[in-house]
Amino acid sequence: MLKTTPFHQRTAPLIMGQTWRRWAGFAAASCYDWLPDREYAAVRNAAAVFDVSPLYKYLVTGRDAARLLDRMVTRNVLDAKVGQVLYTTWCDGHGKVIDDGTISRLDETRFRLTAAEPNFRWLHLNGHGLAVEIAEVSERLGALAIQGPLSRAVLNAAAANPVDALRYFRVMPNRIAGVDVEISRTGYTGDLGYEVWVPAERAVAVWDRLMAVGADYGITPAGIWALDIARIEAGLVMLDVDYHSSHRAIIEDQKSSPFELSLDWSVSREKGPYNGRRALAAERARGARWRFVGIEVEWEALKSLYAAVGLSPSLPTVAWRTSVPIYRDSVQVGYASSGCWSPLLKKYLALAHIRAPHFEPDTRIEMEVTVEHRRLKAAGWVRKLPFFDPERKKA
Amino acid sequence: MPANRYDAIIIGGGHNGLVTAAYLARAGRKVLVLERRHLLGGAAVSEQVFPGFTFSVFSYVVSLLRPEIIRDLDLPRHGLHILPLESTITPLPNGDYLAGWGDPDLTRREIARHSQKDADATIEFGRLMHHMAMAVRPILGMIPPDPTSLAPSDLAGLLKLGGHFRSLGPDRFHAMYKLMTMSSADYLDEWFEFDPLKATKSASGIIGTFLGPRSPGSAYVLLHHYMGEIDGAFRAWGFAKGGTGSISNAIGNAARAFGAVIRTEAPVAKVSVRAGRATGVVLESGEEIQASIVVSGLDPRRTFLDLVDGKDLPTELVDDVRRFKFRGSSGKVNLALSELPDFTCMPGRGPQHLGAFSISPSVDYLERAYDDAKHGEFSRRPYMDMIIPSMIDPGMAPPGRHVMSIFVQYAPYRLNGGWTDAKREAFGDAVVDTLSQYAPNLKGAILHRQVLTPPDIERMTGLSEGNIFQGELALQQLFFLRPSAAWSKYRTPIGGYYQCGAGTHPGGGIMGASGRLAALQILADL
Repeated sequence: MLKTTPFHQRTAPLIMGQTWRRWAGFAAASCYDWLPDREYAAVRNAAAVFDVSPLYKYLVTGRDAARLLDRMVTRNVLDAKVGQVLYTTWCDGHGKVIDDGTISRLDETRFRLTAAEPNFRWLHLNGHGLAVEIAEVSERLGALAIQGPLSRAVLNAAAANPVDALRYFRVMPNRIAGVDVEISRTGYTGDLGYEVWVPAERAVAVWDRLMAVGADYGITPAGIWALDIARIEAGLVMLDVDYHSSHRAIIEDQKSSPFELSLDWSVSREKGPYNGRRALAAERARGARWRFVGIEVEWEALKSLYAAVGLSPSLPTVAWRTSVPIYRDSVQVGYASSGCWSPLLKKYLALAHIRAPHFEPDTRIEMEVTVEHRRLKAAGWVRKLPFFDPERKKA
Repeated sequence: MPANRYDAIIIGGGHNGLVTAAYLARAGRKVLVLERRHLLGGAAVSEQVFPGFTFSVFSYVVSLLRPEIIRDLDLPRHGLHILPLESTITPLPNGDYLAGWGDPDLTRREIARHSQKDADATIEFGRLMHHMAMAVRPILGMIPPDPTSLAPSDLAGLLKLGGHFRSLGPDRFHAMYKLMTMSSADYLDEWFEFDPLKATKSASGIIGTFLGPRSPGSAYVLLHHYMGEIDGAFRAWGFAKGGTGSISNAIGNAARAFGAVIRTEAPVAKVSVRAGRATGVVLESGEEIQASIVVSGLDPRRTFLDLVDGKDLPTELVDDVRRFKFRGSSGKVNLALSELPDFTCMPGRGPQHLGAFSISPSVDYLERAYDDAKHGEFSRRPYMDMIIPSMIDPGMAPPGRHVMSIFVQYAPYRLNGGWTDAKREAFGDAVVDTLSQYAPNLKGAILHRQVLTPPDIERMTGLSEGNIFQGELALQQLFFLRPSAAWSKYRTPIGGYYQCGAGTHPGGGIMGASGRLAALQILADL
């Protein structure tokens, strides 16, 4: 049996097609509705609620907690202020990414790390000789991501203290339905959004309160299918889909550096020693051999490929997560790793790894498409990420 | 170039005028749009009719907006956001309902409750309508060729058209012929037996026309409304966030981004004509603005009979336009509600509130509604298509409150004895009374009510006789006859004076095709 999240007794009755999927050993909803259309629309138009409890969560406490994390990850943790949240990658000694996640500085000596994969051992290895305690709290904490332009209004109505002053990538203690929670201004949709961190045993009360007050704001429970479309529009990379942990990679080519994932900004230039520092400095100087970029398929090109066999373009209603070749002048220059039709932008989008020097924005490329069982190439462009970046995300 | 001189002036900031403006500006022309009202959109406007409650006052859904326009003008970047609107519920007088859901298999299960044969027929019918729409689609993107002309461009167009129709094959050609000539009720009789299903489907054949479901020609209008369904993944069908005014504003923003100037509260009195050529416009304020191109986004009656002098036009054209049929037949009721309507057939709050409701219990019901109108009365028991925009976009109403948009047919422009305030309210009462039979809490939930009759629509938007399509979508008024033979190519007998409204081919709905084709014609002529 897969594990169930603290919200399961509320989410289970809502999932009409029983479209459960595996996520880190837990049952997670792909979609509550038949199709992700309305759940996705809630992300961009109202407020969607994702149960993200299956995330790995670690509490790192003690005098040296900041030092441990700073030594482990690519961003500067020592300078993080209490109440600040950092998105970061962490690398092996060769500067190849192991995982990515967020670090919340809850107070001077208490941090929460979220991760896609188990990192307990890696934390311990990095903490050797330091005064820290490391606890996995994955199952003690439920987490809900409330994402969308009305997410602030929902939380203001549901929480004891207003969240208006909570800035992008900050976290605050708060209360919902009498339960002590933390609310962070974070998410995986590229929209205005928050994540609520709640003790597992009180999770249902928080869910009920959010649903009750959220009804007037179009609150919509949403699954991974909707999340996937939103994160592709936002150009956010996903472990095991867009890249592989260097701890799991079987061959060198399966590994990626932060630069190859276009996460340059998350690699600190000034901080002290950390894993992969030397390799990363060298790579920065040399220039990355690969970049992670957006691909926009030209609709007219796609349309004419379909028209040639008497069809209208048909695309899957959920995002795909397979490797698809990208060509330039018929020579393969990279591969897309996720893609979807963007219902908002009305464009066929993909995220891709492209080799130097073909990754400059607006470079003409072709992406492989299968039309009536035939593999063809549809023209398109390299685009800068993110595809969608509304002002409200940070405002 | 002096400040008050432009390459092109567009009269009317409706969605088609704005599309023309955007395409001309995109081609580097200096463009001015002049809109009479304080806001853009014509019949595609969103207004806070009552404080806190925003309504798509007239046109209320989007299904036909051409994908090439969305792409060419990058409308999503300028604020276009189309939200899903998937289901249609037809409540029935016996307390049951007929539902069409977003999932086609689920819909077939639902139809099978009423008729197993109909459930199966939807598959083949859907395929046929897909083929029909695919067959007509190229025509929508085509400047109509004149079938009586021997000019090379006309011949090329006709040849293309001929080849296109031949490629349909005999079966689909015959089906197309039937669609072009039959009534929607007869056409649907060939496929379905469950009356509420036929009625609900045939309803899209009467929208905006002075026809009943049993009037020949209504089947084509059915097809016209199917057109939005065939853009594959594009799925332009739905509800525009912020109401239909946001579509107009997105097009306006795109036009501005290309450099067009847009002036509101700038009503045009006349087009200036010198020696058979348009030279600019005169505003009602007396201000004169010069341009070598003047484009009217208004309907054919206003374009040819109001904005210019009849003496500048051939008598035949003036005559044609006088005969052009408007005959507005639809009204609109906008309600601000304190709570959701609770439908007896599907009690409580649920996914039904995210979609449309159709009051079309039988073909006889619709035909009787038409009979009232035929004899100069509004329908006592009207056809209605209703959505609750605040359920789709919570920003349309204050939290916990709702707005409801009700399209109503029939309300004839020419009512026996004429429309009065009392008759308008009686019409509104007929709508609310009819709906209350299906949702008894409705009456008590109404906070505000706006009732719009065809004369109201005419007064507010300028659409002659309140016809929502700038002239009926009847076969004799389509393609190379829209609005008049010889003047169906967006040109007029006055040099430099063009038309770009829905009164030209292909017309109707928030489609933008007329505006785009007009711009392409103008750019080709320059």
